[in-house]
Amino acid sequence: MSARDLLLPLIAVLVLAGLAFSGLSGTLLNLLIFMMIISLAAQGWNILGGFGGLSSFGHAAFFGTGAYTTLILQTSLGVNAWAGLVAGVLLGAAVGAGIGFLSFRSGLKGSYFALITLAFAEVLRIASNSAPITGGAAGILLPLDYGFLNLQFDDRRWFALIAILFVGAALALTRWLERSRFGAYLIAIRENEQAAQALGVDVFRVKLGAITLSAGCTALAGVLYAQNYLFVDAHVAYGPWISIEALFAAIVGGLGTMFGPLVGAVALLGLGEITKMVSGGVPGVDLLVFGAILILTVAFVPGGLMSLRQRLTGRRRPRGETALRSEEGA
Amino acid sequence: MYSPLIVAEALLNGLMLGAVYALIALGLTLIYGVLHIVNFAHGALLTVAMFGVWLLAEHLGVDPYLSILIMAPAMFGLGYAAQRFVIGPASHGSDNSILLVTLGLSIIIENGLLAGFRSDTRTIDTDYAFQVVELGPLLLSFPRVVGLFVALLSALVLWAILERTDVGRAIRAVAKEKLGAALVGIEVSHVYAVTFALGCACLAVAAALLMPVFYVSPTTGRAFVLVAFTIVVLGGMGSIVGALVGGLLIGVVEAACSLFFGDSLGQIGIFVIFILVLLFRPTGLFGARQ
Amino acid sequence: MTKMTGQTRRTILKGGVAAAAAATLGAPTVLRAQPAAVKIGLLQPMSGFLAQAGDLASIGAQFAVDEINAAGGIKALGGAQIELLIGDSKSNAEAGAQEVEALNEAGVVAIGGGFASGISLTATQAAARHDLPFLVDSATADSITGRDLANTFRLGPNFSMATEVALQNLIKLNEAAGNPAKTVALVHEDGLFGAGLAQVMQEKLPGLGFEILETISHPTPARDMSNVVLRLRSLQPDLVIPSHYYNEFVLMARTMQQQRVRPMGVYAVFGGAASSYQFVAEYPEAAEGVFDCNHWGDPSNPTDAELKAAVEAQGKHYAYNTPINYSVVKVLAEAIEKAGAADRAAVTEQLRTAEFGSGVMPYGTTKFGEDGQNVNALPLNTQVQDGKINVIFPDQFAQSTPVFPVNG
Repeated sequence: MSARDLLLPLIAVLVLAGLAFSGLSGTLLNLLIFMMIISLAAQGWNILGGFGGLSSFGHAAFFGTGAYTTLILQTSLGVNAWAGLVAGVLLGAAVGAGIGFLSFRSGLKGSYFALITLAFAEVLRIASNSAPITGGAAGILLPLDYGFLNLQFDDRRWFALIAILFVGAALALTRWLERSRFGAYLIAIRENEQAAQALGVDVFRVKLGAITLSAGCTALAGVLYAQNYLFVDAHVAYGPWISIEALFAAIVGGLGTMFGPLVGAVALLGLGEITKMVSGGVPGVDLLVFGAILILTVAFVPGGLMSLRQRLTGRRRPRGETALRSEEGA
Repeated sequence: MYSPLIVAEALLNGLMLGAVYALIALGLTLIYGVLHIVNFAHGALLTVAMFGVWLLAEHLGVDPYLSILIMAPAMFGLGYAAQRFVIGPASHGSDNSILLVTLGLSIIIENGLLAGFRSDTRTIDTDYAFQVVELGPLLLSFPRVVGLFVALLSALVLWAILERTDVGRAIRAVAKEKLGAALVGIEVSHVYAVTFALGCACLAVAAALLMPVFYVSPTTGRAFVLVAFTIVVLGGMGSIVGALVGGLLIGVVEAACSLFFGDSLGQIGIFVIFILVLLFRPTGLFGARQ
Repeated sequence: MTKMTGQTRRTILKGGVAAAAAATLGAPTVLRAQPAAVKIGLLQPMSGFLAQAGDLASIGAQFAVDEINAAGGIKALGGAQIELLIGDSKSNAEAGAQEVEALNEAGVVAIGGGFASGISLTATQAAARHDLPFLVDSATADSITGRDLANTFRLGPNFSMATEVALQNLIKLNEAAGNPAKTVALVHEDGLFGAGLAQVMQEKLPGLGFEILETISHPTPARDMSNVVLRLRSLQPDLVIPSHYYNEFVLMARTMQQQRVRPMGVYAVFGGAASSYQFVAEYPEAAEGVFDCNHWGDPSNPTDAELKAAVEAQGKHYAYNTPINYSVVKVLAEAIEKAGAADRAAVTEQLRTAEFGSGVMPYGTTKFGEDGQNVNALPLNTQVQDGKINVIFPDQFAQSTPVFPVNG
């Protein structure tokens, strides 16, 4: 990975930061923050689902672990928010490694993998809804207390900036994945697992590494979410909504591409707001549109929005296309 | 602890509810057995059927049980169209894409219903909803007794269709040997759609059996999706007998869990079974193939 | 009066960006020929599983706004009209906080409502970010007030206040009948509301001479109550004390009827359906005799009957959400009147120090304590008698005498 590889992530950060400080209204700024958080969750999903070809329906398990960890540490142990952030990411990654260890050891993939991740997230949701440590159904509320160490800002633009910087870091991580040997192994497994194994790739370890990285990134999204709303409960943390939004953003944006999840999150959430506005606030219309877009994407643009750009500039064979069709004929 | 009478009644309750679960799972496992796809929209399609039953009762005064005669053909048609014109063409035959397309479909259905009906819960009020059948000292809920018998009868009908009709023979042929079936002139995409439609018809019957004792809201089907998947995985993906036995078993397990651990944690039991079976015996109790 | 109708003044926020587009700066322009309307926000679950509550609440709030506007608006502001902006919390805590942001952008002076405890906890905190005074209606968790949030006030009684009253009245009820009831089963939903109430009951009931046979929890929404009722049938408690939301209460009451479980009394505290006219109208047999200790309008106040008529005119069934949100708006309007400015800090200061009326709630005057809790808040005890919800305690509001044991 060279300095040139970091140029695009850097430009993205500068553009987004410029936007955050361009005098957006409070509501638009909140929307931008939310886009960044979903984009991070989707960037996590993309590592496993896009590069590794393993579709998870349960990334909520990681998101929620990150969110709960930081709030529990802050409210009951008085740990500062940044330490909570690190702990949240690490614990989220550990949950990812645990689920990955069990699933990959049993050779689960495809639909089976999707279903088991969903089941794990649901178990966590039900358990956290009654366990005392997670505040039961009441959830956990973090008291309002501005300060850099508390990761709470009177001026929300600073929080937006921090979220943007993390998105930039995740972009750089994805770029590294594209360039590294580890990433190459992962893509090889996605394309043809038997062949990769025959060539000496340690399939189990590479997959385990991918889910750990993926979970950590999504857990970071959970930490930022909790820090932004200062509240988490079982539905917010482990509910299916975040698994679905992460998956949507990654697929619509373009699987296995660096900018796909970011572009997908911005496009979908922006479109969601517009639909809500046009429909006059009828509940569910935004998600209805998301569902339709998902089907259309899978049917007609398997490479997502990023492949549209590549088609326009004449580059061929978008990565995502093979990601979605990899199991064809298998 | 509880008197044996109470435990017996709880387990019987579970068994009767399990029969309806089995019916839901039957559709899912049939679709898997023939099309080899995991239909994630199964729960949302159940919700559609439940709303159908509710609409017929609310606006036309049709008894929920009688509405089977209308809803089963309607859901058959809907299922046929969904497979033939949406799922089949959009997914290019890849496993992962089918999963995503059916996920997208379930989100469209759920939110379409949400936009149309809002998230209120709706129930049908019938004279018999809270009647009981007295079996010695046991008080059994009348709609559940009906549920048990109609579910078993439907399974029998499904079995007869598969075993005794030309369509059934074609379905079995495609399930066994897709290429061979195509070579002898069976139109595979038509058979696929018919299979999917049969699965949806099972949902219509299940919906009619559930509505007198249950409510419907746009997300109701979600609660049943994982239960149905658990049954299918437990019974062995694609196994009809497995789905029946698995359904009854899960019903009893759920009742026992909620009696002894409370309703809140009782649901975890099902997911834990699901995870354990997937991890340690992915072929299930009756499934030979995967 | 301007020509605006109730419908046009009642603006439902349509989503973040829409609100932003419509946002005007909330700078008050006092003493103009046509004084600018004063915006008050109402945060209620207009969609989601609590939507029914939000709907009834908004009727009450709008009724108060119409009444104030018809009487000449806010006089201290030259007769400025009140505009009610309704934010939909979608029945969840996170969306509630987001709607507060939207209401803030839309330039409201104060927010009322909240309804559920989880939503109120996050919403008041979100409002605190903008120094927006927030008057909570019926959410009961003790922790809502007393968090050092200067903007947060609560009109209705909290958990501790209500359970204390409920237990005193329960003892009175039991003593008057010669203490027949000795055993209790608690049935509660596993959320903040139900679990919190069950915990208080578990702590207090044994000291009052009741034996708790079992505490049964269930999730919301519940699919089926037959196992819960089976356990009740096995335990044979004298009293069942339930705490859950509407659907679950109805399901339990009907299943109890089916399974022939007939305790001496069903004594709800903040019961989801026990004092809802919908339940009474739809299932009169299951509802008959049920007790509740809940938010309830003063039956001797004529406005209460008007509110009930207004709800029924829309083909809906009356419940406490309407009178308490009517009262929330009345108190907020009085605070703005006293502050003499549509200014958040001034309104907060008034709420902190002054005394107010209590709308149709039976509180006498409203006075907020150091923590923001209305010290005079009081729940009423009701019983369903011959298809009517009658107040039975306290005596000065009682419409009839209690019937206990119910299945004697």
